[in-house]
Amino acid sequence: MNKESALLAYVTRVGDNALVLGQRMIELVAAYPELEEELANANFALDYIGQARMFYAYAGELEGQGRGEDDFAFLRDENEFRNLLLLEQPNGHFGDSITRLVLFEAFYLAQLESLTHCGASRVAEIAARAEKEIRYHLRHNTQWLVRLGDGTDESHRRVQESVNVLWRFTGEMFEVDEIDTIVEKAYGGPKLEELRERWLADIDAILINATLDKPEEGWMASGGKAGRHTEHLGYMIAEMQYLQRSHPGASW
Amino acid sequence: MYTQGLDQKDKPAGARQRAEAPEQAEAFQARVDAEEKIEAKDWMPEAYRRTLIRQISQHAHSEIIGMQPEGNWLTRAPTLKRKAILLAKIQDEAGHGLYLYSAAETLGVSRDQMVAELLSGKAKYSSIFNYPALTWADIGAIGWLVDGAAIMNQIPLCRCSYGPYSRAMIRICKEESFHQRQGFDILVALCNGTDKQKAMAQDALNRWWWPSLMMFGPSDKESKHSAQSMAWKIKRFSNDELRQKFIDVTVPQAEFLGLDMPDDELEFDESTGHYRHGEIDWQEFLDVLAGNGPCNRQRMAKRRKAHDDGAWVREAAYAYAEKHAAKDAA
Repeated sequence: MNKESALLAYVTRVGDNALVLGQRMIELVAAYPELEEELANANFALDYIGQARMFYAYAGELEGQGRGEDDFAFLRDENEFRNLLLLEQPNGHFGDSITRLVLFEAFYLAQLESLTHCGASRVAEIAARAEKEIRYHLRHNTQWLVRLGDGTDESHRRVQESVNVLWRFTGEMFEVDEIDTIVEKAYGGPKLEELRERWLADIDAILINATLDKPEEGWMASGGKAGRHTEHLGYMIAEMQYLQRSHPGASW
Repeated sequence: MYTQGLDQKDKPAGARQRAEAPEQAEAFQARVDAEEKIEAKDWMPEAYRRTLIRQISQHAHSEIIGMQPEGNWLTRAPTLKRKAILLAKIQDEAGHGLYLYSAAETLGVSRDQMVAELLSGKAKYSSIFNYPALTWADIGAIGWLVDGAAIMNQIPLCRCSYGPYSRAMIRICKEESFHQRQGFDILVALCNGTDKQKAMAQDALNRWWWPSLMMFGPSDKESKHSAQSMAWKIKRFSNDELRQKFIDVTVPQAEFLGLDMPDDELEFDESTGHYRHGEIDWQEFLDVLAGNGPCNRQRMAKRRKAHDDGAWVREAAYAYAEKHAAKDAA
Protein backbone atom coordinates (compact mmCIF):
# COMPACT_ATOMS: atom_id res chain seq x y z
CA MET A 1 0.00 0.00 0.00
CA ASN A 2 1.40 3.40 -0.93
CA LYS A 3 1.06 6.42 1.29
CA GLU A 4 -1.69 8.02 -0.80
CA SER A 5 -3.88 4.91 -0.59
CA ALA A 6 -3.22 4.69 3.12
CA LEU A 7 -4.25 8.31 3.64
CA LEU A 8 -7.44 7.77 1.62
CA ALA A 9 -8.29 4.67 3.67
CA TYR A 10 -7.49 6.53 6.89
CA VAL A 11 -9.63 9.56 6.07
CA THR A 12 -12.54 7.36 4.98
CA ARG A 13 -12.27 5.42 8.21
CA VAL A 14 -12.40 8.57 10.34
CA GLY A 15 -15.40 9.68 8.28
CA ASP A 16 -17.08 6.30 8.81
CA ASN A 17 -16.65 6.60 12.56
CA ALA A 18 -18.29 10.02 12.51
CA LEU A 19 -21.19 8.96 10.29
CA VAL A 20 -22.02 5.71 12.05
CA LEU A 21 -21.96 7.31 15.50
CA GLY A 22 -23.90 10.34 14.21
CA GLN A 23 -26.53 8.04 12.74
CA ARG A 24 -26.91 6.17 16.04
CA MET A 25 -27.35 9.48 17.86
CA ILE A 26 -29.97 10.59 15.34
CA GLU A 27 -32.01 7.52 16.19
CA LEU A 28 -32.44 9.03 19.66
CA VAL A 29 -33.94 12.31 18.53
CA ALA A 30 -37.24 12.97 20.33
CA ALA A 31 -36.50 10.24 22.88
CA TYR A 32 -34.22 11.96 25.40
CA PRO A 33 -34.96 12.25 29.13
CA GLU A 34 -34.81 16.06 29.29
CA LEU A 35 -35.30 18.81 26.76
CA GLU A 36 -31.83 20.25 27.40
CA GLU A 37 -30.29 16.86 26.62
CA GLU A 38 -32.43 16.56 23.54
CA LEU A 39 -30.80 19.75 22.31
CA ALA A 40 -27.33 18.57 23.26
CA ASN A 41 -27.76 15.24 21.49
CA ALA A 42 -29.02 16.85 18.28
CA ASN A 43 -26.23 19.39 18.42
CA PHE A 44 -23.56 16.75 18.90
CA ALA A 45 -25.02 14.50 16.18
CA LEU A 46 -24.96 17.48 13.86
CA ASP A 47 -21.25 17.91 14.60
CA TYR A 48 -20.61 14.27 13.71
CA ILE A 49 -22.57 14.47 10.45
CA GLY A 50 -20.64 17.63 9.59
CA GLN A 51 -17.33 15.92 10.31
CA ALA A 52 -18.30 12.90 8.19
CA ARG A 53 -19.13 15.23 5.32
CA MET A 54 -15.75 16.97 5.53
CA PHE A 55 -13.77 13.73 5.76
CA TYR A 56 -15.73 12.09 2.93
CA ALA A 57 -15.49 15.12 0.67
CA TYR A 58 -11.73 15.09 1.16
CA ALA A 59 -11.61 11.31 0.61
CA GLY A 60 -13.37 11.92 -2.71
CA GLU A 61 -10.73 14.47 -3.66
CA LEU A 62 -7.91 12.14 -2.68
CA GLU A 63 -9.43 9.32 -4.68
CA GLY A 64 -9.91 11.52 -7.73
CA GLN A 65 -12.66 9.44 -9.30
CA GLY A 66 -15.48 11.92 -8.93
CA ARG A 67 -17.06 10.38 -5.83
CA GLY A 68 -18.60 12.85 -3.39
CA GLU A 69 -19.67 12.66 0.25
CA ASP A 70 -22.98 10.99 -0.56
CA ASP A 71 -21.34 8.26 -2.62
CA PHE A 72 -19.31 7.32 0.43
CA ALA A 73 -22.30 7.43 2.78
CA PHE A 74 -25.05 5.94 0.65
CA LEU A 75 -23.54 3.79 -2.05
CA ARG A 76 -21.05 1.63 -0.22
CA ASP A 77 -21.99 -1.75 1.19
CA GLU A 78 -21.74 -2.67 4.81
CA ASN A 79 -18.38 -4.44 4.47
CA GLU A 80 -16.88 -1.33 2.87
CA PHE A 81 -17.48 0.64 6.05
CA ARG A 82 -14.44 0.75 8.32
CA ASN A 83 -15.90 2.21 11.49
CA LEU A 84 -15.14 0.89 14.96
CA LEU A 85 -17.51 -1.81 16.21
CA LEU A 86 -18.16 0.25 19.34
CA LEU A 87 -19.93 2.91 17.29
CA GLU A 88 -22.37 0.63 15.50
CA GLN A 89 -23.68 -1.05 18.67
CA PRO A 90 -27.37 -0.33 19.32
CA ASN A 91 -28.11 2.64 21.56
CA GLY A 92 -29.44 0.86 24.62
CA HIS A 93 -30.44 3.23 27.43
CA PHE A 94 -29.19 6.74 28.16
CA GLY A 95 -26.32 5.40 30.28
CA ASP A 96 -25.17 3.15 27.43
CA SER A 97 -25.19 6.12 25.04
CA ILE A 98 -23.24 8.31 27.42
CA THR A 99 -20.73 5.57 28.19
CA ARG A 100 -20.12 4.87 24.52
CA LEU A 101 -19.58 8.56 23.87
CA VAL A 102 -17.11 8.99 26.72
CA LEU A 103 -15.12 5.86 25.80
CA PHE A 104 -14.92 6.89 22.15
CA GLU A 105 -14.51 10.62 22.53
CA ALA A 106 -11.61 10.30 24.97
CA PHE A 107 -9.86 8.42 22.14
CA TYR A 108 -11.16 10.53 19.26
CA LEU A 109 -10.14 13.80 20.91
CA ALA A 110 -6.57 12.53 21.29
CA GLN A 111 -6.62 11.27 17.70
CA LEU A 112 -7.82 14.65 16.41
CA GLU A 113 -5.29 16.57 18.49
CA SER A 114 -2.55 14.47 16.98
CA LEU A 115 -3.94 14.92 13.45
CA THR A 116 -3.90 18.70 13.79
CA HIS A 117 -0.09 18.38 13.67
CA CYS A 118 0.05 15.87 10.83
CA GLY A 119 1.66 16.49 7.47
CA ALA A 120 -1.55 16.16 5.45
CA SER A 121 -2.66 19.78 5.63
CA ARG A 122 -6.35 19.34 4.77
CA VAL A 123 -6.65 16.56 7.36
CA ALA A 124 -5.00 18.86 9.91
CA GLU A 125 -7.54 21.60 9.09
CA ILE A 126 -10.54 19.34 9.44
CA ALA A 127 -9.11 17.86 12.64
CA ALA A 128 -8.59 21.32 14.12
CA ARG A 129 -12.24 22.14 13.60
CA ALA A 130 -13.52 18.78 14.82
CA GLU A 131 -11.25 18.87 17.88
CA LYS A 132 -13.01 21.95 19.27
CA GLU A 133 -16.37 20.23 18.92
CA ILE A 134 -15.29 16.95 20.46
CA ARG A 135 -13.54 18.65 23.38
CA TYR A 136 -16.86 20.21 24.30
CA HIS A 137 -18.82 16.97 23.78
CA LEU A 138 -16.43 15.03 25.98
CA ARG A 139 -16.74 17.56 28.79
CA HIS A 140 -20.52 17.41 28.65
CA ASN A 141 -20.71 13.62 28.37
CA THR A 142 -18.15 13.09 31.13
CA GLN A 143 -20.27 15.20 33.46
CA TRP A 144 -23.19 12.90 32.73
CA LEU A 145 -21.17 9.76 33.29
CA VAL A 146 -20.08 11.13 36.66
CA ARG A 147 -23.67 12.09 37.58
CA LEU A 148 -24.95 8.65 36.67
CA GLY A 149 -22.11 6.79 38.35
CA ASP A 150 -22.35 8.88 41.51
CA GLY A 151 -26.12 9.42 41.40
CA THR A 152 -28.53 6.78 42.73
CA ASP A 153 -27.89 3.08 43.36
CA GLU A 154 -29.90 2.31 40.26
CA SER A 155 -28.01 4.70 38.01
CA HIS A 156 -24.69 3.43 39.39
CA ARG A 157 -25.66 -0.18 38.72
CA ARG A 158 -26.92 0.59 35.22
CA VAL A 159 -23.95 2.62 34.08
CA GLN A 160 -21.42 0.19 35.61
CA GLU A 161 -23.09 -2.46 33.46
CA SER A 162 -22.77 -0.15 30.43
CA VAL A 163 -19.03 0.20 31.06
CA ASN A 164 -18.64 -3.56 31.54
CA VAL A 165 -20.50 -4.38 28.32
CA LEU A 166 -18.92 -1.75 26.09
CA TRP A 167 -15.37 -2.18 27.40
CA ARG A 168 -14.72 -5.11 25.05
CA PHE A 169 -15.10 -2.76 22.08
CA THR A 170 -12.40 -0.35 23.21
CA GLY A 171 -9.36 -2.43 22.28
CA GLU A 172 -10.02 -1.96 18.59
CA MET A 173 -9.39 1.78 18.84
CA PHE A 174 -5.70 1.09 19.52
CA GLU A 175 -5.12 -1.84 17.17
CA VAL A 176 -2.43 -0.84 14.72
CA ASP A 177 -2.79 -1.97 11.13
CA GLU A 178 -0.89 -1.14 7.95
CA ILE A 179 -2.95 1.99 7.33
CA ASP A 180 -2.19 3.40 10.78
CA THR A 181 1.48 2.58 10.41
CA ILE A 182 1.87 4.25 7.02
CA VAL A 183 -0.09 7.35 8.07
CA GLU A 184 2.06 7.60 11.20
CA LYS A 185 5.34 7.21 9.33
CA ALA A 186 4.55 9.14 6.14
CA TYR A 187 2.39 11.95 7.54
CA GLY A 188 3.26 12.11 11.22
CA GLY A 189 -0.13 10.64 12.13
CA PRO A 190 -1.13 9.47 15.62
CA LYS A 191 1.00 6.96 17.50
CA LEU A 192 -1.69 4.62 18.75
CA GLU A 193 0.38 3.26 21.64
CA GLU A 194 0.78 6.79 23.00
CA LEU A 195 -2.90 7.47 22.47
CA ARG A 196 -3.70 4.32 24.41
CA GLU A 197 -1.64 5.37 27.42
CA ARG A 198 -3.27 8.76 27.49
CA TRP A 199 -6.73 7.24 27.01
CA LEU A 200 -6.22 4.80 29.88
CA ALA A 201 -5.11 7.60 32.17
CA ASP A 202 -8.04 9.83 31.17
CA ILE A 203 -10.61 7.06 31.45
CA ASP A 204 -9.16 5.96 34.80
CA ALA A 205 -9.61 9.47 36.16
CA ILE A 206 -13.15 9.74 34.82
CA LEU A 207 -14.19 6.35 36.21
CA ILE A 208 -12.76 7.18 39.64
CA ASN A 209 -14.66 10.43 39.62
CA ALA A 210 -17.80 8.56 38.61
CA THR A 211 -17.20 5.98 41.41
CA LEU A 212 -17.17 3.26 38.73
CA ASP A 213 -14.85 0.26 38.49
CA LYS A 214 -12.61 -0.22 35.52
CA PRO A 215 -13.29 -3.66 34.01
CA GLU A 216 -10.57 -6.31 34.23
CA GLU A 217 -8.31 -6.75 31.22
CA GLY A 218 -10.00 -9.27 28.97
CA TRP A 219 -11.03 -10.31 25.50
CA MET A 220 -11.47 -7.50 23.00
CA ALA A 221 -13.73 -7.53 19.94
CA SER A 222 -12.16 -6.56 16.66
CA GLY A 223 -12.89 -6.34 12.94
CA GLY A 224 -14.61 -3.03 12.20
CA LYS A 225 -11.44 -1.37 10.98
CA ALA A 226 -11.11 -4.19 8.43
CA GLY A 227 -14.78 -4.20 7.38
CA ARG A 228 -15.89 -7.20 9.48
CA HIS A 229 -18.85 -5.88 11.40
CA THR A 230 -21.42 -7.00 13.92
CA GLU A 231 -24.92 -7.81 12.65
CA HIS A 232 -26.15 -4.40 13.79
CA LEU A 233 -24.46 -2.34 11.09
CA GLY A 234 -26.35 -3.93 8.20
CA TYR A 235 -29.70 -2.71 9.47
CA MET A 236 -28.41 0.76 10.07
CA ILE A 237 -26.92 0.99 6.59
CA ALA A 238 -30.06 -0.45 4.96
CA GLU A 239 -32.24 2.16 6.64
CA MET A 240 -29.85 5.01 5.97
CA GLN A 241 -29.32 4.17 2.28
CA TYR A 242 -32.90 3.25 1.43
CA LEU A 243 -33.84 6.28 -0.68
CA GLN A 244 -30.61 6.40 -2.65
CA ARG A 245 -30.85 2.67 -3.33
CA SER A 246 -34.52 2.67 -4.36
CA HIS A 247 -34.17 5.71 -6.66
CA PRO A 248 -30.83 5.09 -8.38
CA GLY A 249 -29.28 8.23 -9.84
CA ALA A 250 -31.98 10.61 -8.56
CA SER A 251 -31.09 14.04 -7.22
CA TRP A 252 -32.46 15.17 -3.88
CA MET B 1 -46.93 26.14 15.80
CA TYR B 2 -49.93 26.94 17.95
CA THR B 3 -53.30 26.51 16.41
CA GLN B 4 -56.80 25.99 17.50
CA GLY B 5 -56.14 26.35 21.21
CA LEU B 6 -56.96 30.00 20.99
CA ASP B 7 -60.53 29.19 20.31
CA GLN B 8 -61.25 26.77 23.08
CA LYS B 9 -63.36 28.05 25.87
CA ASP B 10 -61.61 28.91 29.08
CA LYS B 11 -62.66 27.13 32.23
CA PRO B 12 -64.48 29.20 34.84
CA ALA B 13 -62.00 31.00 37.01
CA GLY B 14 -63.26 29.37 40.21
CA ALA B 15 -61.96 29.94 43.69
CA ARG B 16 -58.41 30.73 42.63
CA GLN B 17 -59.36 33.97 41.00
CA ARG B 18 -58.45 37.01 43.04
CA ALA B 19 -60.90 39.82 43.32
CA GLU B 20 -60.06 42.17 40.49
CA ALA B 21 -60.92 45.80 40.97
CA PRO B 22 -62.53 47.34 37.89
CA GLU B 23 -60.01 50.18 37.90
CA GLN B 24 -57.12 47.68 37.70
CA ALA B 25 -58.71 46.00 34.69
CA GLU B 26 -59.28 49.35 33.05
CA ALA B 27 -55.72 50.48 33.62
CA PHE B 28 -54.50 47.16 32.24
CA GLN B 29 -56.65 47.49 29.12
CA ALA B 30 -55.41 51.05 28.63
CA ARG B 31 -51.82 49.84 28.65
CA VAL B 32 -52.65 47.11 26.15
CA ASP B 33 -54.49 49.61 23.94
CA ALA B 34 -51.45 51.87 24.04
CA GLU B 35 -49.39 48.91 22.75
CA GLU B 36 -47.31 48.77 25.95
CA LYS B 37 -45.81 45.38 26.71
CA ILE B 38 -47.11 43.59 29.79
CA GLU B 39 -44.24 42.06 31.76
CA ALA B 40 -44.16 39.10 34.15
CA LYS B 41 -44.35 41.15 37.35
CA ASP B 42 -47.06 43.52 36.12
CA TRP B 43 -50.62 43.18 37.30
CA MET B 44 -52.77 41.28 34.82
CA PRO B 45 -56.27 39.82 34.87
CA GLU B 46 -56.33 36.17 35.93
CA ALA B 47 -58.08 35.20 32.70
CA TYR B 48 -55.36 36.89 30.65
CA ARG B 49 -52.74 34.91 32.58
CA ARG B 50 -54.62 31.65 32.10
CA THR B 51 -55.20 32.25 28.42
CA LEU B 52 -51.51 32.89 27.89
CA ILE B 53 -50.40 29.89 29.93
CA ARG B 54 -52.71 27.67 27.91
CA GLN B 55 -51.66 29.12 24.58
CA ILE B 56 -47.91 29.27 25.22
CA SER B 57 -47.72 25.83 26.79
CA GLN B 58 -49.76 24.37 23.95
CA HIS B 59 -47.38 26.02 21.54
CA ALA B 60 -44.39 24.55 23.43
CA HIS B 61 -45.95 21.07 23.45
CA SER B 62 -46.54 21.37 19.71
CA GLU B 63 -42.87 22.07 19.13
CA ILE B 64 -41.91 18.99 21.13
CA ILE B 65 -44.44 16.62 19.56
CA GLY B 66 -43.69 18.19 16.17
CA MET B 67 -40.19 16.74 16.35
CA GLN B 68 -41.64 13.26 15.86
CA PRO B 69 -43.04 13.29 12.31
CA GLU B 70 -39.86 14.87 10.97
CA GLY B 71 -37.66 12.72 13.17
CA ASN B 72 -39.28 9.81 11.37
CA TRP B 73 -37.17 10.65 8.28
CA LEU B 74 -33.92 11.69 9.92
CA THR B 75 -32.33 8.27 9.71
CA ARG B 76 -33.49 7.93 6.08
CA ALA B 77 -32.75 11.41 4.73
CA PRO B 78 -31.45 10.95 1.18
CA THR B 79 -28.23 12.99 1.39
CA LEU B 80 -25.91 14.05 4.19
CA LYS B 81 -26.72 17.69 3.52
CA ARG B 82 -30.47 17.07 3.79
CA LYS B 83 -29.87 15.03 6.92
CA ALA B 84 -27.85 17.85 8.51
CA ILE B 85 -30.46 20.49 7.60
CA LEU B 86 -33.33 18.40 8.90
CA LEU B 87 -31.44 17.68 12.11
CA ALA B 88 -30.72 21.38 12.58
CA LYS B 89 -34.41 22.12 12.05
CA ILE B 90 -35.53 19.56 14.60
CA GLN B 91 -32.96 20.89 17.04
CA ASP B 92 -34.44 24.37 16.53
CA GLU B 93 -37.84 22.94 17.44
CA ALA B 94 -36.52 21.56 20.70
CA GLY B 95 -35.04 25.02 21.29
CA HIS B 96 -38.39 26.68 20.56
CA GLY B 97 -40.00 24.34 23.06
CA LEU B 98 -37.46 25.44 25.61
CA TYR B 99 -37.95 29.21 25.08
CA LEU B 100 -41.70 28.77 25.14
CA TYR B 101 -41.74 26.74 28.34
CA SER B 102 -39.55 29.45 29.84
CA ALA B 103 -41.92 32.18 28.62
CA ALA B 104 -44.85 30.30 30.16
CA GLU B 105 -42.94 29.86 33.43
CA THR B 106 -42.85 33.65 33.81
CA LEU B 107 -46.62 33.40 34.31
CA GLY B 108 -46.25 31.25 37.40
CA VAL B 109 -46.50 27.69 36.09
CA SER B 110 -43.57 25.23 36.20
CA ARG B 111 -42.28 23.24 33.26
CA ASP B 112 -42.90 20.04 35.25
CA GLN B 113 -46.58 20.98 35.61
CA MET B 114 -46.89 21.73 31.91
CA VAL B 115 -45.17 18.50 30.90
CA ALA B 116 -47.37 16.53 33.32
CA GLU B 117 -50.45 18.03 31.66
CA LEU B 118 -49.18 17.06 28.23
CA LEU B 119 -48.44 13.51 29.32
CA SER B 120 -51.79 13.10 31.05
CA GLY B 121 -53.55 14.21 27.89
CA LYS B 122 -55.05 17.27 29.60
CA ALA B 123 -53.02 19.75 27.56
CA LYS B 124 -53.32 19.75 23.80
CA TYR B 125 -50.77 20.20 21.05
CA SER B 126 -51.27 21.09 17.43
CA SER B 127 -53.40 18.44 15.72
CA ILE B 128 -51.33 18.63 12.56
CA PHE B 129 -48.70 16.44 14.19
CA ASN B 130 -51.18 13.62 14.45
CA TYR B 131 -50.79 13.05 10.74
CA PRO B 132 -48.09 10.63 9.56
CA ALA B 133 -44.93 11.55 7.59
CA LEU B 134 -45.05 8.70 5.09
CA THR B 135 -42.49 9.66 2.46
CA TRP B 136 -39.48 11.93 2.14
CA ALA B 137 -41.72 14.40 0.27
CA ASP B 138 -43.71 14.79 3.48
CA ILE B 139 -40.65 16.43 5.01
CA GLY B 140 -40.84 18.97 2.21
CA ALA B 141 -44.58 19.42 2.65
CA ILE B 142 -44.29 19.82 6.42
CA GLY B 143 -41.72 22.59 5.99
CA TRP B 144 -43.56 24.32 3.19
CA LEU B 145 -47.17 24.01 4.39
CA VAL B 146 -47.09 23.30 8.11
CA ASP B 147 -44.30 25.73 8.92
CA GLY B 148 -45.76 28.12 6.35
CA ALA B 149 -49.12 28.08 8.15
CA ALA B 150 -47.36 28.36 11.49
CA ILE B 151 -45.52 31.47 10.32
CA MET B 152 -48.81 33.10 9.30
CA ASN B 153 -50.07 32.44 12.81
CA GLN B 154 -46.88 33.44 14.52
CA ILE B 155 -45.79 36.66 12.85
CA PRO B 156 -48.64 38.58 14.53
CA LEU B 157 -47.62 37.00 17.85
CA CYS B 158 -44.34 38.90 17.68
CA ARG B 159 -46.51 41.90 18.59
CA CYS B 160 -48.39 40.06 21.34
CA SER B 161 -49.09 42.27 24.36
CA TYR B 162 -47.24 39.90 26.69
CA GLY B 163 -43.55 40.82 26.52
CA PRO B 164 -41.86 37.46 27.19
CA TYR B 165 -44.06 35.68 24.61
CA SER B 166 -43.58 38.43 22.07
CA ARG B 167 -39.79 38.28 22.43
CA ALA B 168 -39.72 34.48 22.20
CA MET B 169 -41.81 34.69 19.04
CA ILE B 170 -39.48 37.17 17.36
CA ARG B 171 -36.66 34.69 17.72
CA ILE B 172 -38.76 31.71 16.73
CA CYS B 173 -40.14 33.38 13.61
CA LYS B 174 -36.67 33.99 12.25
CA GLU B 175 -35.94 30.28 12.46
CA GLU B 176 -39.36 29.24 11.16
CA SER B 177 -38.82 31.14 7.96
CA PHE B 178 -35.63 29.14 7.36
CA HIS B 179 -37.64 25.98 8.04
CA GLN B 180 -40.25 26.92 5.53
CA ARG B 181 -37.63 27.56 2.85
CA GLN B 182 -35.90 24.24 3.46
CA GLY B 183 -39.23 22.46 3.01
CA PHE B 184 -39.94 24.25 -0.23
CA ASP B 185 -36.43 23.52 -1.42
CA ILE B 186 -36.93 19.77 -0.86
CA LEU B 187 -40.04 19.94 -3.04
CA VAL B 188 -38.27 21.96 -5.75
CA ALA B 189 -35.69 19.17 -5.99
CA LEU B 190 -38.38 16.48 -6.14
CA CYS B 191 -40.48 18.35 -8.70
CA ASN B 192 -37.42 18.75 -10.92
CA GLY B 193 -36.57 15.09 -10.44
CA THR B 194 -37.84 11.78 -11.76
CA ASP B 195 -41.51 10.94 -12.35
CA LYS B 196 -41.52 8.92 -9.14
CA GLN B 197 -40.13 11.84 -7.18
CA LYS B 198 -42.68 14.23 -8.61
CA ALA B 199 -45.49 11.79 -7.83
CA MET B 200 -44.15 11.61 -4.29
CA ALA B 201 -44.37 15.42 -4.03
CA GLN B 202 -47.94 15.50 -5.40
CA ASP B 203 -49.03 12.80 -2.98
CA ALA B 204 -47.56 14.74 -0.06
CA LEU B 205 -49.39 17.93 -1.11
CA ASN B 206 -52.63 15.96 -1.45
CA ARG B 207 -52.34 14.66 2.08
CA TRP B 208 -51.05 17.78 3.84
CA TRP B 209 -53.06 20.56 2.18
CA TRP B 210 -56.33 20.20 4.05
CA PRO B 211 -54.82 19.51 7.46
CA SER B 212 -52.65 22.62 6.97
CA LEU B 213 -55.76 24.74 6.38
CA MET B 214 -57.24 23.33 9.57
CA MET B 215 -54.22 24.62 11.51
CA PHE B 216 -55.82 28.07 11.57
CA GLY B 217 -58.65 26.73 13.69
CA PRO B 218 -62.43 26.80 13.20
CA SER B 219 -64.02 29.32 10.89
CA ASP B 220 -64.80 32.72 12.37
CA LYS B 221 -68.51 32.01 12.57
CA GLU B 222 -67.77 28.96 14.77
CA SER B 223 -65.01 30.60 16.77
CA LYS B 224 -66.81 32.43 19.54
CA HIS B 225 -64.02 32.95 22.00
CA SER B 226 -61.42 34.95 20.19
CA ALA B 227 -62.92 38.41 20.80
CA GLN B 228 -61.32 38.64 24.24
CA SER B 229 -57.91 37.54 22.86
CA MET B 230 -58.26 40.23 20.20
CA ALA B 231 -59.06 42.88 22.83
CA TRP B 232 -56.02 41.80 24.85
CA LYS B 233 -53.86 41.94 21.72
CA ILE B 234 -52.80 38.34 22.13
CA LYS B 235 -54.51 37.62 18.84
CA ARG B 236 -54.55 40.18 16.03
CA PHE B 237 -56.25 38.53 13.09
CA SER B 238 -59.15 36.12 12.85
CA ASN B 239 -58.71 32.46 11.88
CA ASP B 240 -60.32 32.98 8.50
CA GLU B 241 -58.24 36.08 7.72
CA LEU B 242 -55.02 34.18 8.38
CA ARG B 243 -56.21 31.10 6.51
CA GLN B 244 -57.07 33.23 3.48
CA LYS B 245 -53.69 34.91 3.57
CA PHE B 246 -52.00 31.51 3.69
CA ILE B 247 -53.99 30.22 0.72
CA ASP B 248 -53.28 33.35 -1.31
CA VAL B 249 -49.55 33.00 -0.72
CA THR B 250 -49.36 29.23 -1.16
CA VAL B 251 -51.34 28.59 -4.35
CA PRO B 252 -48.86 30.43 -6.61
CA GLN B 253 -46.02 28.49 -4.93
CA ALA B 254 -47.73 25.21 -5.86
CA GLU B 255 -48.05 26.49 -9.43
CA PHE B 256 -44.34 27.26 -9.42
CA LEU B 257 -43.68 23.67 -8.36
CA GLY B 258 -46.01 22.38 -11.08
CA LEU B 259 -48.24 20.61 -8.55
CA ASP B 260 -52.04 20.43 -8.60
CA MET B 261 -53.95 21.69 -5.60
CA PRO B 262 -56.22 18.96 -4.21
CA ASP B 263 -59.27 21.24 -4.24
CA ASP B 264 -61.53 21.26 -7.31
CA GLU B 265 -63.31 24.36 -6.11
CA LEU B 266 -60.18 26.44 -5.73
CA GLU B 267 -60.27 29.48 -7.98
CA PHE B 268 -59.04 33.04 -8.02
CA ASP B 269 -61.75 35.60 -7.47
CA GLU B 270 -60.87 38.72 -9.46
CA SER B 271 -63.37 40.84 -7.55
CA THR B 272 -61.86 40.17 -4.12
CA GLY B 273 -58.26 39.47 -5.17
CA HIS B 274 -58.38 36.26 -3.13
CA TYR B 275 -58.67 32.54 -3.85
CA ARG B 276 -61.98 30.89 -3.08
CA HIS B 277 -61.64 27.39 -1.69
CA GLY B 278 -63.77 24.31 -1.12
CA GLU B 279 -65.35 23.38 2.18
CA ILE B 280 -63.00 22.15 4.88
CA ASP B 281 -63.97 18.82 6.44
CA TRP B 282 -64.48 20.06 9.97
CA GLN B 283 -65.60 16.65 11.12
CA GLU B 284 -62.09 15.37 10.41
CA PHE B 285 -60.68 18.29 12.37
CA LEU B 286 -62.91 17.51 15.34
CA ASP B 287 -62.08 13.81 15.15
CA VAL B 288 -58.34 14.43 15.23
CA LEU B 289 -58.77 16.98 18.01
CA ALA B 290 -60.73 14.38 19.99
CA GLY B 291 -57.81 11.97 19.78
CA ASN B 292 -58.81 10.00 16.72
CA GLY B 293 -56.25 11.13 14.18
CA PRO B 294 -53.91 8.68 12.49
CA CYS B 295 -51.08 9.15 15.01
CA ASN B 296 -52.49 10.62 18.24
CA ARG B 297 -51.83 7.50 20.27
CA GLN B 298 -48.45 6.86 18.69
CA ARG B 299 -47.20 10.39 19.35
CA MET B 300 -48.27 10.35 22.98
CA ALA B 301 -46.95 6.83 23.54
CA LYS B 302 -43.54 7.86 22.28
CA ARG B 303 -43.47 11.00 24.42
CA ARG B 304 -44.57 9.09 27.52
CA LYS B 305 -42.00 6.38 26.88
CA ALA B 306 -39.21 8.95 26.53
CA HIS B 307 -40.33 10.57 29.78
CA ASP B 308 -40.64 7.26 31.65
CA ASP B 309 -37.36 5.89 30.29
CA GLY B 310 -35.65 9.05 31.50
CA ALA B 311 -36.99 8.86 35.06
CA TRP B 312 -33.93 7.10 36.49
CA VAL B 313 -31.65 9.61 34.73
CA ARG B 314 -33.46 12.60 36.20
CA GLU B 315 -33.43 10.96 39.63
CA ALA B 316 -29.69 10.37 39.32
CA ALA B 317 -29.07 13.97 38.33
CA TYR B 318 -31.06 15.25 41.33
CA ALA B 319 -29.36 12.82 43.70
CA TYR B 320 -25.93 13.82 42.43
CA ALA B 321 -26.72 17.53 42.72
CA GLU B 322 -28.03 17.10 46.27
CA LYS B 323 -25.09 14.97 47.36
CA HIS B 324 -22.61 17.51 46.04
CA ALA B 325 -24.50 20.52 47.35
CA ALA B 326 -24.35 18.88 50.79
CA LYS B 327 -20.62 18.21 50.39
CA ASP B 328 -19.97 21.76 49.22
CA ALA B 329 -21.91 23.15 52.16
CA ALA B 330 -19.98 20.98 54.64
